[in-house]
Amino acid sequence: MTTQAASTPPAARRTGTPPLGATMRRDRWWLQPVLIATGLTLFGIYSIVVAALNTDYDYLKGGARYLSPFYSPDLRSLFGLHIPFTYAFFVIWAPLGLRTTCYYYRKAYYRSFFLMPPACAVAGRPRAAGRYTGESRLPFILQNVHRFFFYFATIVLGFLWYDAIRAFFYHTPTGTRFGIGLGGVVMVVNVVLLSAFTFGCNSFRHLIGGRLDCFTCSASARARHGAWKKVSVLNGHHQLYAWLSLISVGVTDLYIRLACAGVFTDPHHIF
Amino acid sequence: MSTDGAQTPIADQTGEATTRTLHIWRGDLTDGGLVEFEVETAPGMVVLDAVLEVQRSQAPDLAVRWNCKAAKCGSCSAEVNGRPSLMCKTRLDHLPEGEPITVEPLHAFPVIRDLVTDVSWNYEVNKKIAPFTPKPDADWLIGQEDADRMSEFRKCIECFMCQDVCHILRNHRMHDRYFGPRFLIRLASLEMHPLDDLDRIDQISGEAGIALCNITKCCTEVCPEGIHITDNAIIPLKERVVDRRFDPLFRLLHRRPR
Repeated sequence: MTTQAASTPPAARRTGTPPLGATMRRDRWWLQPVLIATGLTLFGIYSIVVAALNTDYDYLKGGARYLSPFYSPDLRSLFGLHIPFTYAFFVIWAPLGLRTTCYYYRKAYYRSFFLMPPACAVAGRPRAAGRYTGESRLPFILQNVHRFFFYFATIVLGFLWYDAIRAFFYHTPTGTRFGIGLGGVVMVVNVVLLSAFTFGCNSFRHLIGGRLDCFTCSASARARHGAWKKVSVLNGHHQLYAWLSLISVGVTDLYIRLACAGVFTDPHHIF
Repeated sequence: MSTDGAQTPIADQTGEATTRTLHIWRGDLTDGGLVEFEVETAPGMVVLDAVLEVQRSQAPDLAVRWNCKAAKCGSCSAEVNGRPSLMCKTRLDHLPEGEPITVEPLHAFPVIRDLVTDVSWNYEVNKKIAPFTPKPDADWLIGQEDADRMSEFRKCIECFMCQDVCHILRNHRMHDRYFGPRFLIRLASLEMHPLDDLDRIDQISGEAGIALCNITKCCTEVCPEGIHITDNAIIPLKERVVDRRFDPLFRLLHRRPR
């Protein structure tokens, strides 16, 4: 035995507020918050830039129509909206609101941006005793509106399904014909991932059946229990679908953007 | 172990003894620090084995709480290399070789001595939760689907590692305003019980302090029973609070009691 202290954490550490980053962990606990902060920042910047650009979002070549997810639904044709600036911000507030208030993303950005805490068993931003308020005060009490963003985001998702299906119908001189293009496949993958993310939502899981105290007390409760179990499967992978769908939205927009700009020609076959 | 009761040296049990360095926190509420020990270890040993070997051979006065050594009693919770862990479930060969192994008591609770902490605060919190209160006309047959949901919460072994890792208790020391994940699990098991007659939402959103939880899921990460504390207990309770407090549409559509 060696009686020499390897380090001497004072007893006060157990009663006082530890400094930011204080931990005895030796693994690379900082890596995950850094990667998440980088990923979310890049996506945030990309979203704002492409929404503001107001160009190259509607691919109309070779009879195909691919609409960027950042600009769907097409408010111009839907409501006759004609404004001299981008309408994308009238669209993306719903899906972005869903993600911002999503229980998974809350975990991600509370850790990565707000350092509350940056990782498990790692001290977060120190605050005077009693000043931490979590989600009980503004601004974070607004997280409780998550389900309302879910409602609106589901409407947007419906339009994305419409866009994805429409991408397989080409306008040709002989009429509308079925065809398969790479852009359409990309859009379908995107909307499937978005659906897996949206319908794995914790609020939806609650509303579809989780709020019941008894799953077996009526026929409707049994039906809702079945739905709850299916949503629970998606919810179990909510983090995975959150990231995959985030990436797929960016990839889909980038594909359509580059095709519009003529960087490449969308490969397709019309039957 | 030999038949005459004398302990056999560790090396003789496997023939592959190695030496590991342990830094064990020793002290009490007033002062303390990490003390270095060298112990011979064998493959398959867990941290608790090493700590008990230190206690047996080098520091007989080392205070350590343990009981079943089977990850079911929740007694030997500690912080191994900075992470809340059951010492009896943490194998030495899963920890980085060539580095000292740090063993500390739980941070969220006051130290009694060495690795033993005073977790009695948890039992005081538990007393604030009204026990299961059945409906007067309860039909005592419960569907399997309902039992399945509640049985997950019943797996809790009260190791209190979720309480320890929760930054609200660990760093912000808000023991007077937050019950912690373990007791939100208990509240969830009662609130979701088909036969429980009490409305617990006021307590959940009030003195239990569920709004302080910011869903960082550390409690779920450390739970040795694999309970989905955040997804299956805390978030559903938060959503029930939203039903009551933040969703006028829901209140309008569900005026009748459940």
